[in-house]
Amino acid sequence: MAVQSEPDYSLFTAQEIEFVAEDELIEIVPNMRMDPLNLICGDFGPFLPQIAAQVPLWLAVALKKRGKCTIRPPEWMSVEKLTRVLEAERDSEREFQLLPFHYVEISRLLFDHARDDIPDIYMVRSLIEDIRDVRFHKVQSSLETFDGRTSAVQIKSLSAMEVNIVRPFVARALQSFQKLDSLLPETDSTPNNQPQEADKASKGRRVLRGR
Amino acid sequence: MESEPGSSDKPSNGMDDFETLISTTDVELLRRAWRNEKAAPEILRFETNLIDRVTGQLQLMEETVDDFVESSIDPLTVSLYQMDLDRTQFLLRSYLRIRLQKIEKFMFHILKTNELHDRLSKQEKNFTRRYSEVIGKHLEESVLLNLPDNYQSLIRQSTTSEEDDMVPEPQMDTFVVCKAREYVGPSELQDSNKSLASDLLMEMEPGELFFIPFKRIKKLLENGKVDLV
Repeated sequence: MAVQSEPDYSLFTAQEIEFVAEDELIEIVPNMRMDPLNLICGDFGPFLPQIAAQVPLWLAVALKKRGKCTIRPPEWMSVEKLTRVLEAERDSEREFQLLPFHYVEISRLLFDHARDDIPDIYMVRSLIEDIRDVRFHKVQSSLETFDGRTSAVQIKSLSAMEVNIVRPFVARALQSFQKLDSLLPETDSTPNNQPQEADKASKGRRVLRGR
Repeated sequence: MESEPGSSDKPSNGMDDFETLISTTDVELLRRAWRNEKAAPEILRFETNLIDRVTGQLQLMEETVDDFVESSIDPLTVSLYQMDLDRTQFLLRSYLRIRLQKIEKFMFHILKTNELHDRLSKQEKNFTRRYSEVIGKHLEESVLLNLPDNYQSLIRQSTTSEEDDMVPEPQMDTFVVCKAREYVGPSELQDSNKSLASDLLMEMEPGELFFIPFKRIKKLLENGKVDLV
């Protein structure tokens, strides 16, 4: 039992994030008939040709691979919606647009397995990549605003993959900040920070990374 | 072959009550428990009821799949059932494995702290006891007995130490990412440390993500008001 050499269990690998994302429901249009499936994670079906059904993503991908259905892309994956999101991301400096929590994983799985089901796939793909870039830049720039007095950081509407990428760094950074900050003598921090504290208190004493 | 929602069990704490209202599937509950356990620095309460139900369902499902294969049902259906089975098994195994890793890491601390010790399942308690005996014996025989007399304790650096300073403890102020499931007011995020109480004027709307030290949301996690991501 080599405890020291074991990897940190608190880090999610990308595959594990994808695993969680695969349980999201998505719509499919089966082209065959199948009896209801009574799975541990829920009951689905019955499947009738040309009648849309909601199933978890892993099930949809499995059926698609065997040519038993077509997948209907979720409504946020249209070119217009994504263009709007991209423009909004570019306009606002600190806000993140509301996107499904697992949009990265869902779009990746659909690109890999359901190419023909997505209209304008190249456009959609490049839009999503641009959105990812813009958001990540925002994340990076807001990282610079951390300091020792940050007690908590609010990150609204960040997606699962993005959270997972920054998590190790941010956690360690915040912890080091707190540790170093607590080493400073008390008398130093209080008088100067009174006006600043009142200021920050009005904002809720948190570094806003997303509104 | 139905999947049982969480409502079939008597609610024993706040989290169960909430689940019965929504009737989430056991798999979702297991997934939530797995995520929380993965992200938390210390070991959390063992979900005995949930794990028992899930193990029962897994066994039933395995038998069903075997029956299907024998009665030569359409192989597509069989493979789908098998996939679902595999996914749930992965969650269960990972959950148990993470807990074991935490036990191995913080073994002496868990044995010392009653609160943590109560969070283990019966098998885990057994495991902790036997593992600590084995490790203790091994360390003593290979290292400690060869050190000078005052330094021979497993859990203290020397007999002059005032506390058990060789016991690793989980870092409670690790920053974790949490997502609020309900509205959390500022008062619920109080820290026992008085000097910091003034700066926690924040609240959480449901669905927001936060980076926050674990000790602040420990209580909320137990009540099921936040989830770790």
